[in-house]
Amino acid sequence: MPSSSPDWSALRADFPILDQQVHGHPLVYFDNAATSQKPRAVVDALVRYYERDNANVHRGIHELSNRSTNAFEAARERTRKFLNACSTEEIIFTRGTTEGINLIANAWGGKFIKAGDVILLTEMEHHSNIVPWQMLAERTGAKLRYVPITGDEGLLDLDKLDSLLTPEVKLFAMVHISNALGTLNPVADLCARARRLGITTLVDGAQSAGHMMVDVQAIGCDFYAFSGHKICGPTGIGALYGRKEVLENTPPWHGGGEMIATVDYFKSTWNTLPHKFEAGTPDISGPIGLHAALDYLDAIGRENIFRHDLEMASYAYQRLSELKGVRLFGPKGERGGLVSFLLDDVHAHDVVTIADRYGVALRGGHHCTQPLMKKLGVPSTARASFYFYNTKAEVDRFIEVVREIQKFFGT
Amino acid sequence: MNDDLNDLYQEVILEHAKSPRNFKVLPDANRVAHGTNPLCGDNYTVYLVMDGDVVKDASFQGSGCAISKASASLLTSIIKGKTRADVEALFGKVHDMVTTGHADDSMGKLAAFAGVHKFPARVKCAILSWHAAKAAVAGGGTVSTEGDEPKAE
Ligand SMILES: Cc1ncc(COP(=O)(O)O)c(C=O)c1O
Repeated sequence: MPSSSPDWSALRADFPILDQQVHGHPLVYFDNAATSQKPRAVVDALVRYYERDNANVHRGIHELSNRSTNAFEAARERTRKFLNACSTEEIIFTRGTTEGINLIANAWGGKFIKAGDVILLTEMEHHSNIVPWQMLAERTGAKLRYVPITGDEGLLDLDKLDSLLTPEVKLFAMVHISNALGTLNPVADLCARARRLGITTLVDGAQSAGHMMVDVQAIGCDFYAFSGHKICGPTGIGALYGRKEVLENTPPWHGGGEMIATVDYFKSTWNTLPHKFEAGTPDISGPIGLHAALDYLDAIGRENIFRHDLEMASYAYQRLSELKGVRLFGPKGERGGLVSFLLDDVHAHDVVTIADRYGVALRGGHHCTQPLMKKLGVPSTARASFYFYNTKAEVDRFIEVVREIQKFFGT
Repeated sequence: MNDDLNDLYQEVILEHAKSPRNFKVLPDANRVAHGTNPLCGDNYTVYLVMDGDVVKDASFQGSGCAISKASASLLTSIIKGKTRADVEALFGKVHDMVTTGHADDSMGKLAAFAGVHKFPARVKCAILSWHAAKAAVAGGGTVSTEGDEPKAE
């Protein structure tokens, strides 16, 4: 059971990477929305696997192959539990969120999306939840449509939703927590409204998995995709949840070994779920590292993490709003653990370059949300994004550095 | 302020970023090239009036960071009166300078950009408008820094 109030500073000791100087200053790592750091437990799990158990999965009969197959499938069960999916048949391992969405756009979209159909997205989507649908629309003659946002505060304009959910809409794909704004979208409500109209739903969980409790049954989505590397896991592994009934009707995407039941020179039949969607030798160490990461997060407690991240973001938002010449993006109230901002007359890249020289790792740019930036009328923003190992003292340091940057540019 | 930062954000650069020269559209431009840096969203258009091989007038429009804006400002000031071959040669020198830090005496004010080499992620900012200018003297078009530098997002 997660402790009611974790000892946050003690957790930092699990992340050796945080204890270093960058350009002569203590590292303040505020680029967690891009990728998180990895605790020792995850690194150790990878080493243990490669030093003791490494073998290919599913096809072997020998001991090492049994061990690696068991560890691989145990990771699937752990991921099922993490998302509260009904069955491991609903958990497909992917390279990450991007691959999960592409799988759906190609396999499900290729079968179910036709000319004239509408794919509904929101104006705050990451490129990975726009481009695969554009490619699908290009192939099929379907159209894209967007739920608008309400300006800098970056909330979905839900008054417009009913008029957008017309009978042509076949899929509604939405981000759970926006990586550019921090907006936490009411996905359960959105999915319920879509579902009543028979519309399939996909939730981009890249910023919500591992940052809050996620229960795919309570959300009521058909698909939910996330990336392990953003939540203490290794890079190159993620998972896609798909509701069983929907996955059963979805043809495979990639063909090859493992995804087949029988192969004839001219015709093949498919393996059962979820293997039908996992062609070829998978990333094996990835799920094993992910398993360790999910155990680590749940020992802290995801509600605790959500509260901590929100506290960091609210504090940073408040401190920034006290400064002159700062434009803030995203909601004022409940939000994910990040703050997007701009300083008057200073480009985000200059902010990030200078902050880096003070040891503060930020991100500046369009955050893979170019259409959103255009909508907000800015070329880019600077972003500080937090995770449970960040501290208020680090936010104070960040604010000091922002003041330095303003002085440097005489603003 | 840290020394490397002072090298990067030299007085000349900060001043040009704040009050860019030739920051306008040239209505009688006969060469136009567009330079984008897709990862950063930096976006500039370089306008040239060319008489044969010679740049008679130059200007730019667009948005980006202090480095890219100052670079475009200095570039459009310096290439007036130069030939296509001069601009291409200067492109090579600027490219060498921002990647190695070596500036010879002929670089004049452009030497302010030598400090960029300590900031590999910012090289593409300094060189963006030069790519556009090189394309413009050669006839115009669109250039992108994508592929020039390692990506990250
Ligand atoms: C909201 C959102 N969606 C999708 C992605 C893509 O994730 P990945 O690059 O791990 O596939 C990201 C990562 O930046 C993200 O923040």
